[in-house]
Parts: sequence; structure tokens; C-alpha cells
Amino acid sequence: MYQFNYHKASSVADAVALLARNSDAKLLAGGQTLIAAMKLRLAAPPALVDLGAIAELRGIKADGGTLSIGAMTSHAEVATSKEVMRSIPALAALAASIGDRMVRNMGTIGGSVANNDPAADYPAGVLGLGATVSTNKRKIAGDQFFKAMYETALEPGEIITSIGFPVPKRAGYAKFKNPASRYAIVGVFVSESGTGVRVAVTGAGPSAFRVPEMEKALAAKFSPDSVGDIKIAAAGLNSDIHASSEYRAHLVTIMAKRAVQAALGK
Amino acid sequence: MSVKVSLTVNGKPVTVDVEPRTLLVDFIRAQLRLTGTHVGCDTAQCGACTIHVNGSAVKSCNMLVLQAQGADIVTIEGIASVDGRLHPMQEAFRDHHGLQCGFCTPGMVMSAIDLAKRHSSLTEATIRAELDGNICRCTGYHNIVKAVQAGAQAMGS
Repeated sequence: MYQFNYHKASSVADAVALLARNSDAKLLAGGQTLIAAMKLRLAAPPALVDLGAIAELRGIKADGGTLSIGAMTSHAEVATSKEVMRSIPALAALAASIGDRMVRNMGTIGGSVANNDPAADYPAGVLGLGATVSTNKRKIAGDQFFKAMYETALEPGEIITSIGFPVPKRAGYAKFKNPASRYAIVGVFVSESGTGVRVAVTGAGPSAFRVPEMEKALAAKFSPDSVGDIKIAAAGLNSDIHASSEYRAHLVTIMAKRAVQAALGK
Repeated sequence: MSVKVSLTVNGKPVTVDVEPRTLLVDFIRAQLRLTGTHVGCDTAQCGACTIHVNGSAVKSCNMLVLQAQGADIVTIEGIASVDGRLHPMQEAFRDHHGLQCGFCTPGMVMSAIDLAKRHSSLTEATIRAELDGNICRCTGYHNIVKAVQAGAQAMGS
């Protein structure tokens, strides 16, 4: 790892000020991706601003049909939260499927969403539940947040503070995971709520995306059979040593069926 | 740049100056000379570097020592009694021959203690699922699972 300067922020305002003074600095959340990338010299920021001591960024609150999760809340906290398990069990299951226990104890929801790894789990949850990403500057709808591989709507100096998930009628998540990294080769999050059905896919493309055809079919009938015959095109999907784009396209249908099954409690 | 870090390791307060890029595991092994915590893969996959930070199991090769500022840290050297009696989980690994070469064992034991504390009863399936962040290349896990089950029972009693 290359040398860097280290700053520990005591509040969101302090972190914003530190970022303003160190324009090339990176924010450090749990570090489960960033530290690994720095060790491999894939990333070499001249400075880090550590968000780990900011209490206001941690915690889970239920508020009038919305579950608000602080950006620095760990995957383990989301996975085991009684509040999350009660209101959106599929989100708790998603968090429980990330990495392993030790990674979940450090990794955070804000870090995962801001990084927008094409195979990360949370982007599917944010899109699939129609969540809203709150920052120190504004609120960004999930549909507008994920732009491209590792790219989001976040501007320089902008810090995610929390993510608000509307509580759905039911939801389910299914992923076909890489057995070594546990990243999603394909993961599908499905939800049904008063505003309709959402189907969001991670792992398959450069960034998480929705599948309108599956949403329409599930809105007509919320059953695994409704999506069983819907194939998505392989063109533009990721292809690597783990899975070809054709295989990923195939897995989207299979994982969508399993996610609907999970949502129905089957 | 060097930064002062203060934390508690196995009950003892420690304050030292470190380079910001110092990994927690390197601080523990090279500066504190506590070499029971191992580095297997160095990419946060194998779990040999597992320690407890504020009571939770983490991979110490994948975090900076500065992220543990003020934290209470326990390594494999800190779990036996002061009189040298092994921790029940260590004893169970010995009784059930839950190791062969022993390289992964410190991480296995630290993870196993963490999971025993979080579950009131442990099935074989739960143990296998929860130990997915600890890789052993010798045993095939069979005796490790038996050891964790016995160790968890001994911890509860």
C-alpha cells in the first residue's frame, strides 16, 4: 500500500470540511473494498477521511412506512436487526448474504452503495425497493442513483448519510453467488408494494438495472410462473471467467423466479 | 505522516506512533510481536487473521490500525486464562483434533468464539454456514465442526 494522509472525521460537517481541504481524498467507510484495493495498489488516494467515528451515521429507524438505515451501519447490524427482519426481511437476508461474518462486521451499507460494484448486493435492494439515498446535500431517488460501473450520482464532496427504504407488502432476494468471494454472479431483488412491482438485477450488467417486462408480468400475477418464460438479452451483460453473458442472462430468469418464491415465503 | 494510536490489546493499554497505512494485523504481529494471529491470503478471504475488535470478529488484514483507534482488541493470545488454562474453545479443538497443520486455527478459534456467543444452540449446518469466512486446507472441516459444537457447549456451561 502506498503512503497516504489520514484524517478522522468527528461529524458529517467535519468530513465535508476535510474533503473540501483535501480534494483528492477518498472517504473510508468500513474499508472492506477500499483497503483491499489500496493493498493491491488498484487505488492510491493521497488522503483518506475516515467516517468510522461519526455516530450520527449509524443506526436503523422505522418511521411511517419507511426504514431508514444510516450510511455507516454495518451489514451485520442490518442482517440481525429486529426492525429490519420485521419490516423488510428480504433486506436482512440480502445483508446476511454479503461476504462472510467478519466482512459483514466491518462493511457498511453506505460504502457498498457509494462504491456501486457491479456485483454488489445492496444496489439491487436500493433499486428493487425504490429506496431514496440521502446525502449531506440532497435526496436522490434510487432510480437516478446508479449511473454506470462504479459510478453513481454522487458529486465531489457529497457524503451519503442514510438510505430510506419504503416498507413493501412483500419482497424477496435470490442470488447465485461466486463461492469464493460471495459476490453476486447474478442477484435479483423483487418487491411488491402499493406503488407496484419492482424487479432489480445486480451482477449481470455493468450496474444494477430493472426489468420492466418482469415487473409488468408480476403486477398482473405475483407468481414465479409469471417470470419463468421471460428471457433477457445477453448483449451488454458482463462476461468473465465465472460466467458468460449468455449464462448470466439465463440466471436472471432463474433468480427472478426464486426471488418471487422467497417473497411468497415458499 | 505518523499518527498516534491508542488501543487496548488483550487487556493492556497500548499507545504508539504508526504510519497511516499500517494494517491492524501488521501492527499486532510486527510491533506487538503477537504472532499467533496469522496472515494466510492477505486478501480478506481465508480468515487466518481473525481477531475480535470491540467483541466482534473481523479480518485484521483488511483494516487499518487507525480504524481501531480506542478499540478493545482481543487476539488468540488473549483468550486463555491468566493461569495458562486454555479457553474452552481451544480445549475443544485439541480434544476433537480440529486441526492438522494449525495455520488456520487461531482464526478458526476466534471466529468460533464469536459465533458461539451469538447463538444459544448451534447446529452443524449453522456452524458450517457461519465458518464460511475461515478456510482450512487440511482437515475437510469435519473435526473443526465437532470442536466448535463442543467448545460452544463448554462455553455455555
